[in-house]
Amino acid sequence: MTQYIIRRLLYSLPLLMGVNILTFVLFFVVNSPDDMARMQLGQKRVTEQAVENWKQQHGYNVPLLWNSDAQGEKKVTDTIFYQKSVGLFLFRFGVSDSGRNIGADIQERMWPSLAVALPSLIVGLLVNISFALMMVLFRNSYLEHAGIVLCVILMSVSSLFYIIGGQFLIAKLLRLVPISGYDDGMAAVKFLVLPVLIGVFSGIGSGVRWYRTLFLEEVEKDYVRTARAKGLTETQTLFRHVLRNAMIPILTGVVVVLPLLFMGSLIMESFFSIPGLGSYTIDAINSQDFAIVRAMVFLGSVLYVIGLLLTDISYTIVDPRVRLS
Amino acid sequence: MTLLLMSSLLSMKMQTCKAHVPVLILLAAFLSACDVAELNNPYEAEDGKLSVLYESFSERPKHLDPAVAYSANEYSFISQVYEPPFQYHYLKRPYQLEPLTATGMPEINYLTAQGVKLDSGANDSDIAFTDYLIEITPHIQYQPHPALAKNAQGGYEYHRLTGEQIKSLTTLADFKATGSRELTAEDYVYQIKRLAHPKIQSPIAEIMKNYIVGFDDFSKQVSDKQKFDIRDVPLAGAEAVSRYQYRIRIKGKYPQFIFWLAMPFFSPMPWEADAFYEQPGLTDKNITLDWFPIGTGPYLLSENNPNRRMTLIKNPLFHGEAYPAEGEPEDRQKGLLGDAGKKLPFIDKVIFMLEKETIPYWTKFLQGYFDASGIASDSFDQAIQFTGSGGVALTDSMREKGIQLQTSVAISSFYMGFNMLDATVGGATEQARKLRQAIAIAVDYEEYISIFRNGRGIAAQGVLPPGIYGFADDQEGINSYVYDWIDGKASAPAHAPYLHPVGKARRKKIDAARQLMAEAGYANGIDPKTGSALILYFDTTAVSVDDRPTMNWYRKQFEKLGINLVIRATDYNRFQQKMRAGNAQIFVWGWNADYPDPENFFFLLYGPNSKVQHGGENAVNYQNLEFDRLFEQMRNMDNSEQRYRIIQQMQELVRHDAPWIFGFHPKNFSLFHGWYKNLKPNLMANNTLKYQRIDTAARTEKRQEWNKPVFWPLVLCSVFFVLILIPSVNAYRRRVRETIQ
Repeated sequence: MTQYIIRRLLYSLPLLMGVNILTFVLFFVVNSPDDMARMQLGQKRVTEQAVENWKQQHGYNVPLLWNSDAQGEKKVTDTIFYQKSVGLFLFRFGVSDSGRNIGADIQERMWPSLAVALPSLIVGLLVNISFALMMVLFRNSYLEHAGIVLCVILMSVSSLFYIIGGQFLIAKLLRLVPISGYDDGMAAVKFLVLPVLIGVFSGIGSGVRWYRTLFLEEVEKDYVRTARAKGLTETQTLFRHVLRNAMIPILTGVVVVLPLLFMGSLIMESFFSIPGLGSYTIDAINSQDFAIVRAMVFLGSVLYVIGLLLTDISYTIVDPRVRLS
Repeated sequence: MTLLLMSSLLSMKMQTCKAHVPVLILLAAFLSACDVAELNNPYEAEDGKLSVLYESFSERPKHLDPAVAYSANEYSFISQVYEPPFQYHYLKRPYQLEPLTATGMPEINYLTAQGVKLDSGANDSDIAFTDYLIEITPHIQYQPHPALAKNAQGGYEYHRLTGEQIKSLTTLADFKATGSRELTAEDYVYQIKRLAHPKIQSPIAEIMKNYIVGFDDFSKQVSDKQKFDIRDVPLAGAEAVSRYQYRIRIKGKYPQFIFWLAMPFFSPMPWEADAFYEQPGLTDKNITLDWFPIGTGPYLLSENNPNRRMTLIKNPLFHGEAYPAEGEPEDRQKGLLGDAGKKLPFIDKVIFMLEKETIPYWTKFLQGYFDASGIASDSFDQAIQFTGSGGVALTDSMREKGIQLQTSVAISSFYMGFNMLDATVGGATEQARKLRQAIAIAVDYEEYISIFRNGRGIAAQGVLPPGIYGFADDQEGINSYVYDWIDGKASAPAHAPYLHPVGKARRKKIDAARQLMAEAGYANGIDPKTGSALILYFDTTAVSVDDRPTMNWYRKQFEKLGINLVIRATDYNRFQQKMRAGNAQIFVWGWNADYPDPENFFFLLYGPNSKVQHGGENAVNYQNLEFDRLFEQMRNMDNSEQRYRIIQQMQELVRHDAPWIFGFHPKNFSLFHGWYKNLKPNLMANNTLKYQRIDTAARTEKRQEWNKPVFWPLVLCSVFFVLILIPSVNAYRRRVRETIQ
């Protein structure tokens, strides 16, 4: 397995390089270093000299990908791409164009994102699987039909509505929790209740229907019939056998998103004023801060690669028949 | 009662389902962590004991270094911390400067090229230099700061940090020792040198090169030096004469320079700050001068988390200042002089919370968790109503809460510009001028303000907004090419009676514009070259779906004249490129005053400032020799009848040539709770927090009254849950039995 993991990690290197180049090209197709300088310097009294000074200070006064005026290896190294992107492979994110250390910012902002995303995922998973199993238990009954209709209704409502509606009902009318904000340590709990609740509730419709489909596929299989013939109750059959056998598709969906939980949710964090990473990339794109954009895209790619790797590894844990080689 | 309800709710749940125990523990922890009377209180309980002001910010500031910061959201923080030598009087109008750290207003001396002192009434042509001699008040101390901390040997404690020490740090508060020292004239000189240092990248460096003697040479001389190495390099135009006195020498005469001295750019900076922050490794921790200010002002920044919260607390070493005892005549009646002579600041702590979305922001304001609020479009109708006479008033629900409304016209101008280099709409020809004047009549900005700004603005009549010297509020102040003067009659349009500052002007009828079109050779909007409707191009950055109504409105305004307006929406970068290259035809633009002087608006039309030729702020590339001559004459004059007359001549020239369609001056609507005292809009000063006061007891009482939690729906839901649980359990048992059978 170790060999497999190393091989997969090595495969990811050209992939990450490709992502890096693509991000670089896409960013600079839209923005030139001059544009970036003007955005950072503001709108008032910006002179050409000030733009040149900014570019020089921030290392944007060299060619983008190829420096034909330089000699030897400097043709490659004296470029914006080389100077800004190579450090990423060593997880040196550098300093943003507005002067802040990106690594420190990410470290600071990923915890609030995680504080919302992780409970939402765990509670959501438990709730969705429980409801899905209940619907399978009551399959072909009015209860199941009613459940499906309810799920479709819940799916049809925009997540923004859940957020605004939840804030209006729980925080404004009932005044049970703060409408937005965040704090450190245990004091964060009162701020997390509502976003987690809304996150779970808004995901019930699609989640329950997805897991119900997985479980229905399993309950028709021969081993389930055997379990019933053995005299197991329906509950025992579902929770001991069906759930365990449905774990592979569940894990596929869950493990792959685990590393991405750090990246946060833009809308949720924006409405609840949670200082996470959700808006970090969007804000950077709006302010044309290439340093942050490349760092976040790179980090997202790395996390996704790790997520996929973890998914493969988790298969071997839940299904002894799977071997990685 | 609420506790009883909660406990009954909890016990009910306990009986219902033992599996909920962890949830209940969490709930109990949550409830114990907050005051049950105000479960929705987003702040820490201990804040209630202090006089705390709660504000919000929607965009994180980019810079807090006074040499670099240049936007309103940055000034709202640093102006409370840094103190330039002068400030705007809080209450007096028109705006006037007064000493802040200076002992008095500067001694201004005019000099010949040989350095000979001239009389104050000397001709401008004789003046080669102007000296500003500023004396600062002794014994002013800097806020406690680790950069100034000294060890037992008298050396600086943290100026030679080791790698290990830096590794253990996460924020500035991790430095245990702090120190202070007296403010000296040298600190002001050092800051001026910082403005010139290319590594600091001050946005005003290029402007100051034109004024401060030796600024450019100094900039070149220190370009390779570290930031704090500039201390001993002399700058010809800025020098400390003594411990408490410094002199700034500028080229020629530039009376507006005094206003720059009231901006944070010219605040003092101890050299120790750069020596401390420039140590390698601190930038990696985001511990920089750009994020942790060091000043002498009434507040110091104790927490800087621009992703969540910024906190200002009282500077324990603040030199002290008294609340003003003079103001406008009506200020006493409004209670604004009740605190006259009292020691500033009144507020102990100011907490700025990041709030990006308007819905939670507005809700928190109504719940009493923000002390002040602007009014977003969504909540405008909830807060404001127009009275029969055209005035504005709060709605009943706002008045019941004791909320107050303040309105003020911003010292800003928004205009529609014609690129004067354009072959169709530009140039000084009679044809192009009449075309521009016709469009100026057709584009009904009163309607625009009414539809798109909820009436928050006044239609502009000229270059200057109200509050700037030279703004005329009589017949002379009317743009006679677009409006008719209606003597003695109510004049504003029926749909928006509140729009005109002057009150006796009426936009000319569209027929007048059509007549001008015909005289320009575009009768009925037909372009004789093509035989079809004249096509004009509107360049804008308004690309979103939300902007469509505005763009459609502009199109309809031009359609009144038979002109086909083509909207060319591009992103910000492309738009800027077009403006620099002179490829835009018609566009909208705005200007926010740096200082309250007409020069700061008229320079937007000064020929040598044209954007295409000189990269300046004259975005329309207007060039009129007579205007330029008058501008050069006016800018160096003190306010006088003669200056006023010149300003009116300049207004008339611009109205006649119409390079701008004067759009509007925005009107700020702000809401405040009744417990927020000493508020007077001051559009030039940013350091106003020190004058304001909070009645904490009144706020606490109101908050408790407005934020009682409502539990009965939870109880109802629980009962409902139990009721549906019983048949569900029965159904489940039946199902299980069926399966077994």
